This record gives sequence, structure tokens and C-alpha cells, in this order.
Amino acid sequence: MPEPLWRRLLRHRSATIGLTLLAVFALAAIVGPLVIRFDPVRQDLERILLPPSLAHPLGTDNYGRDELVVLVYGARLTLGLGVLAVLIGVGVGAPLGAVSGYLGGWVDMLVQRLAEILLAFPSIVLALALVAGLGPGLRNVIIAVGVSSIPGFIRVVRASALQLRELMYVEAARALGVSSGRILLRHVLPNAAAPLIVQATIQMGVAILVAAGLGFFGLGVQPPTPEWGELLGEAHTYIFRDANLATFPGLCILLAVLAFNLTGDGLRDALDPRLG
Amino acid sequence: MLTYVGRRLLAAIPTLWGVATAVFIMARLLPGDPARVIAGINASQDQVDHLRRQLGLDQPLPVQYLDFLGGLVRLDLGTSAHFGDPVLAEIGSRLPYTAELALAALAVAVVLGMLGGVVAAQRRNTVVDVVISTVSVLGISMPTYWLGLMLIVLFAIQFRLLPAAGADSPESVVLPAVTLGLLSVGLIARMTRSSLLEVLGQDYVRTARAKGVSPARVVVAHGLRNALVPILTAIGLQLGSLMGGAVVTESVFGWPGVGRLLLDSIFSRDYPMVQGLVLLFAVTYIAVNLLVDLLYVVVDPRVRYA
Repeated sequence: MPEPLWRRLLRHRSATIGLTLLAVFALAAIVGPLVIRFDPVRQDLERILLPPSLAHPLGTDNYGRDELVVLVYGARLTLGLGVLAVLIGVGVGAPLGAVSGYLGGWVDMLVQRLAEILLAFPSIVLALALVAGLGPGLRNVIIAVGVSSIPGFIRVVRASALQLRELMYVEAARALGVSSGRILLRHVLPNAAAPLIVQATIQMGVAILVAAGLGFFGLGVQPPTPEWGELLGEAHTYIFRDANLATFPGLCILLAVLAFNLTGDGLRDALDPRLG
Repeated sequence: MLTYVGRRLLAAIPTLWGVATAVFIMARLLPGDPARVIAGINASQDQVDHLRRQLGLDQPLPVQYLDFLGGLVRLDLGTSAHFGDPVLAEIGSRLPYTAELALAALAVAVVLGMLGGVVAAQRRNTVVDVVISTVSVLGISMPTYWLGLMLIVLFAIQFRLLPAAGADSPESVVLPAVTLGLLSVGLIARMTRSSLLEVLGQDYVRTARAKGVSPARVVVAHGLRNALVPILTAIGLQLGSLMGGAVVTESVFGWPGVGRLLLDSIFSRDYPMVQGLVLLFAVTYIAVNLLVDLLYVVVDPRVRYA
């Protein structure tokens, strides 16, 4: 009997660090807004850009809001952006990849060309181009980042589907007259789950980087709504008055992306028994 | 070899056509009337109509599409709505800045990365290994825009050693190049280490050592030369993120290249310019990947293409 997945993950050093960080961020994103009473629109002009103190552990921002509270509140937005964008990527990319790899032929050809075209754009450039067309804002950032993550998912699931297509039990299902749709749903997609989960975890990091980047440039969530990228973008304009302000939102983005990358590494090792 | 190059070039044509079509569609996702948006809220209806005719936006979409493709074939990307110049001319005047930044960043990444990789291969299973894997995972997790800001705070504001923005003096390129280059150092170091270790375990390396070749020469002439293909692949893969990173870095440092032009054009709603630039990025990316593939043959004569 093989060791359960979670135990293999906990033995993996970088996965442990990643999962711990993720737990902290998830707690902030889920519980934070419930326990902290915070109105992002409320300004306190007498407390602008205060240095860190006992009352404000990370100081205050350009609206006089407590930086720590703002960041905890922002966790939900930034991480939520990432989750929704990756869901779009998986939702579109995984079925396309499965169909492409399993059916082959002209469908495969068509889907591969599509993936190739999307891959020809660096993801931040593709996201920028889409937001330029769609206009700024939360919903459009999610769409833009989601679309730019599609080709990665197509590739990963297609590779699994190509292997699975040749396996005995899939052939048996085919021989029994099971429809292609059912085989894809019941046999191909579930068995492609492991690499898909790894890809989704790592893609979460990329999605957060790109989404926060759009926020940084003022193309995402509009101020004063505190999304980490947007906070960093505002801190940029205050950089000569208060260099401190830029430190923490960026650190949050870095740590969140790092957490997903470390967890993804760990998952890849834990899900691939051949490496063990 | 020549037929291989020819075939690869031919295979790139459908991709390029697809990319051009994608760009055309993206530029027309925009809700509302682009002519009105470009002309501004205060323009009269006559001005808007004039602009619409001038941009060809009064034509049906298929005609616009064919015009667009026809323009591309003649290397005509249209006229910038903001500058009033041809898009290609404006891009041409900014491109040298981006090339300078990208080359400087690549130099930082390759020199530090390969150096780190070679050292790590020599001192296997020491703290060097941990440092390199940490730097490489930090590199892929780092928000470029934040790293840039932190370097500005440190070197421009605190120590006042380097300029915070602009391209007015020769040393202006240092901070943006380091920002962009640092992101790739870890990955290149990791690939150098593993590729070099594999080569150094080969019999011909042992032979070289046995016949008294100096250790440095063994590593460089026998080891690195043969380890280059995977390292080149790693560098090639980095070029894509380098281009994306250039957009971000140029904007943080006010560097007057095409990346900053892209963002400025998005804000000034200069759609012909955005369209041209996005196309430029995609075409460059495809070309760079092709070039890296072809370089394999130069570096490793064992690689042959049928």
C-alpha cells in the first residue's frame, strides 16, 4: 500500500513551506474580512503615511488606512482573482486538451494551432492586449488572465490524453461501444487529474503575478479597493515620500506566488511515484 | 540544414497568420465606437466621421480584415492615433532602447547564471546548491515590478548611486537590466549545474583528466561546450519571459522602449499602435524560438535535421 499523498507532501521540505504559507494566506482571505471591520473608502487624512508603530504594525497608507488591515483585506481580492482566472483556464483548456489528444486528427490539428497562437504571446502581453480591448476592471482582468493561461492547460491534458488513449482499459471501453464523450468524461479526464492539479497550482502563481501586474499599472481593480497589485501601483507614486509603502504589498505578492510554486513542486514529486 | 530552415520558416507562416488574426480580433473586442474613443469626448460628430473614414472603420469587417492583412504584407501597420506618425516608424525609433535593455539583462542572467551553475557543479551538495535552488524559485515567483521598485528604493533613493528612471546617462540601464536579468539567473544556473554534472560524468572527461588536462580546461572546453544545448534551451525559454518582463521593467523605470510604448498606448487608446506592438511582440517571440532551435546545430554538430 503506497503512502498517502498528504504524508508524502509533508515529508517534502518545499511543499511544507508552501502549504504553510498558503494556509496563512487562505486564513487571511477567508477569515480576515469577517473579523476585521474595514471600509476601504473611509479615509483618515490625519494619519497618512505613518511609519510602523504599535497601533499600526506596518504603518498607514496614502489614505490613512492601516496597512496591515488593507493587506489582509486585499488577500481575498488578489487570491480570488487568481482562483477565478485559473478556473477559466482549466474550464476551457482541460476539455480542449482532452478532446484534442483523444480524438486526434483535424480536431487535434485545430486545437494545437490555437494553442500555438496563444503561446506566441508572452502572458503579460496577451493579458495587456485583452484588457486594452475589453477595458480595465475586475471582471476583465479575470478574463484576460484566464485566457492567457488556457494554452498551458491544453498542453498538459493533451499529453495525458495521448498516453491514455493507448491504454488497455480505454480500448476495452471503446470495444464495448462506450461513446467518446463518456470515455473522455469517465476515463480520460479523471486520469489526467494529477498533472492537471500540478499545472493549476503553478499557474495560480503566474495568474497572481499577471493579475497583480495589471493592477499595478492601474488596469485592474480601481482604487481605493485594496488589491495587492493596485496597492503597489499607488505606492509607486509615493515612492519618494515613503519608500516603506511599496515594501509590504510586493512582499505579499512574492510570498503568495512562492507558496504556489513550492506547493506545485511538492505536488509534482508526490504525485509522480516513479520519482519516489 | 537549409531545407530544415526553409521548412521551419514555412511552418511559421500559418502561426503568424493566426497571430495577426488574433490581434485583429482583440483590437475589435472594444465595446463602443473606436473612432469616438480615439477622437475624444469633445470632438464633433464631423470629426469622428472623418476619423472613422480615415481609419477605414466605416468599411465592413471582412474588408477591414483584408486591408489589415494587406497592410501587414506591405509592412504597413497603419498610423498612430496619438503621434500621427506611421506605427512602424515610431516602433523603430523605440526598438533600440528595448534591444539595449534586453541584451544587458540577458548578459546579467547568462554570466551570473552560468557562473553560479559551474560553481554549484564543482561544490555539489553544499550550501551553494541550496542558494541556487532558492534563487531560481524566487526568480520565477518575483513580481518584476516590485523588484524594480525595491532596487530604486535601495540604489537610487537610499544610496543615491544610480538614476531611478529615464535613459539620460549610460548608467541608467544598470538598474532595469539587473531587475530583468536577476529573474532568469536561478533557472539558468540550475540548468547549467545539472547539464554540466551529466557531462562531467562521461568517459571522455575522465580521459581528459587522466591525460593531464588542467581542471579549468576540462570544465570549460570539455564540459561546458558539451553541456550547452540544454543550457541554451533554458536561455531560449527565458527569452519569452524576458520580453514580457521588459514591458513591466520599462514602465517601472521610465525606459523609453517599446514595452513602455505599449502601456502608454493602452492608456492613450492608440489602438493602431497597440495592435502593431502586440504583433511585434508575438512575431519576435516566434522568431527567437526559431533562432534558438537553429542555434542547436551550431553548438552541437551531433544534432542533425532530416
